[in-house]
Amino acid sequence: MDNPIENTGFVFSKESLRKKFRWSEFFSEKIITGVAFLSITIIVLIFFFVFRETLPIFHQKKETKKIESVQKQEQYNGEETSVAKNSAGQEQYGVITKDTLMMENQVPGEDTIVRGSDEATVKSLLGKEWLPVSDRPRYGLVPLLVGTLKITLLAILFAAPIAILAALFSAAFAPHWMREIIKPAIELLAGFPSVVIGFFALMVMASFFQNIFGYDTRLNAFVGGVAMALAAIPIIYTITEDALTAVPRSYTEASLALGASRWQTALFVTLPAATPGIFAAILLGIGRVFGETMIALMATGNAAMISVNPFESVRTLAATIGAEMAEVVFGDTHYSVLFLIGSLLFIFTFCLNALAEFYVKGRLVKRFQGK
Amino acid sequence: MSKKNRITGALFVGTTAFSAFLIIAVIIILLVVIIIGGKDTFSWEFLTSFPQDGMMKGGIFPAIYGTALLVVIMSVAAVPFGTITAIYLTEYASETSILAQTIRFAVRTLATVPSIIFGLFGLGFFIKFVGGGMDDVFLGGQLKWGQPNILWASLTMSLLTLPVVIVSVEEAIRTVPREMREASLALGATKWETIRRIVIPGSRSGIMTGTILAVSRGAGEVAPILFTGAAYYLATLPTSLSDQFMNLGYHIYIMATQSANVDQTLPIQFATTLVLLMLTFMLNLTAVIIRSRLRRKAK
Repeated sequence: MDNPIENTGFVFSKESLRKKFRWSEFFSEKIITGVAFLSITIIVLIFFFVFRETLPIFHQKKETKKIESVQKQEQYNGEETSVAKNSAGQEQYGVITKDTLMMENQVPGEDTIVRGSDEATVKSLLGKEWLPVSDRPRYGLVPLLVGTLKITLLAILFAAPIAILAALFSAAFAPHWMREIIKPAIELLAGFPSVVIGFFALMVMASFFQNIFGYDTRLNAFVGGVAMALAAIPIIYTITEDALTAVPRSYTEASLALGASRWQTALFVTLPAATPGIFAAILLGIGRVFGETMIALMATGNAAMISVNPFESVRTLAATIGAEMAEVVFGDTHYSVLFLIGSLLFIFTFCLNALAEFYVKGRLVKRFQGK
Repeated sequence: MSKKNRITGALFVGTTAFSAFLIIAVIIILLVVIIIGGKDTFSWEFLTSFPQDGMMKGGIFPAIYGTALLVVIMSVAAVPFGTITAIYLTEYASETSILAQTIRFAVRTLATVPSIIFGLFGLGFFIKFVGGGMDDVFLGGQLKWGQPNILWASLTMSLLTLPVVIVSVEEAIRTVPREMREASLALGATKWETIRRIVIPGSRSGIMTGTILAVSRGAGEVAPILFTGAAYYLATLPTSLSDQFMNLGYHIYIMATQSANVDQTLPIQFATTLVLLMLTFMLNLTAVIIRSRLRRKAK
């Protein structure tokens, strides 16, 4: 019998089997790898550029300490003119900036006043008053932080139990056809733009709850919290449901075989086995609510005050950026403080995500592999 | 089983069912309220005419046009990059390599960054750094690109929607059977040829789902464009990339919170919300249908 390969006259050798180098392959691989780096690059750039805009706050503080008072004034004038140039070149409110700055430069006495308030600015970051637009601006972040935490707490208190129970229902109890309706419906809720939920809260929910509870301020933390819960529910539901269905069948089967009923199995076996996943779901829900802007802008009343009453207006960190950034002078202290708030939000959500990712994943793998 | 146990069980199952139905009920109420509130004002004319009398009357055509333009430019930027990243993650990177895991982590982080942060980034990076730099270098400091416009808003939005594209394309690529790839390679095709001829065509529906979901997300988000290009009111449509634009979501926000007479324009607000909701609803529904078909195929 003839060997077919020998018939073609082709003989395999080490040389012929070696992978051929092709430029098209080389380039396509390099380009694809390069593009894949983009996501990492974007994260790094966000870090860098959001931080960069906050630097002036801390920079100014150092300078004032070093320079003596007379020099300070000169330095200040020089600095400001360059800022005026910059801002005229870069932003749309340039005309206004120039006018106000020229006025300030003409009146030497006013410089020190403005300067003084700038110094006070940095100190006032930990204060209890958020009054960025006043004669003596104060940038106390405490009320904003309290407001954000209050809203987050309320929203998660509403969203987490409902979403987790609903996930348990569709993962453990619901008949197949019902699950086929519930899951896509909640996925559709995830697709509702937050401005639509905010509008609904502002126009419908606020009045509805006011009729029930009879509070004074129509827009308050409670309304905002419920609206935010609507935004957080799909996230918590989806991740919890995934975690519940990922619990190995052997767990539930063992429980059922030992004589436990279906609900006992769901409550005492499936749910505890999925706790790391549920924990991650809640963390991501918190992240979503913490940074949510449009609902906060529209439904919470936006008054920066410190109180524990859920029926008082609040102003969140994200809403403050959204409301004030458009009106602020570029390069101003107020502008930098808003970027500082942005950095805080970014760091916080980044840490939440990292926690959800590493801690939870490690726990889940360990648990299911029985280590 | 004891009677007490059975009652507890029924109560527990009842509570979980109630939670699920509560969510569904809220979704239905939201939809019904917006539809009832907006249906009288909603008409073909409303969709195709300009706002009149300081936005007290008239339609929302510029907002629809601006939103459409935004999502088109956004998709042009986000879809190719997202697809290529997904190809890298599935075809080139090994599952355990540190690089691939870092990229995955970055993608997930990107998906959880609050949308307002993208707005800040757009302002700090695109407008001030890139735009301002372009003005300084090419126009000698004349203000053109260093201010909010539709290009910067779209690019900001594309960063936000990048993870959406990556995740759906990746899911689709994984449904392409391994045998197809192996057959292609065995026939002498190179890796890149296999990707181009087998993997990409096989995951076309996933790329489409990703694009649709990204468009739906981009059409609905307002926070990233608040200060990167959306305008309160414009008498003309944007004609160049350096123009500002009107946007449906921003229009709703402005009309509901900043307009001079909120009550008088209430029908317009409801109708605008209805348009935006229908748009995102349709897009998401399409994506859900395509995706469930894809998942069934994968099984």
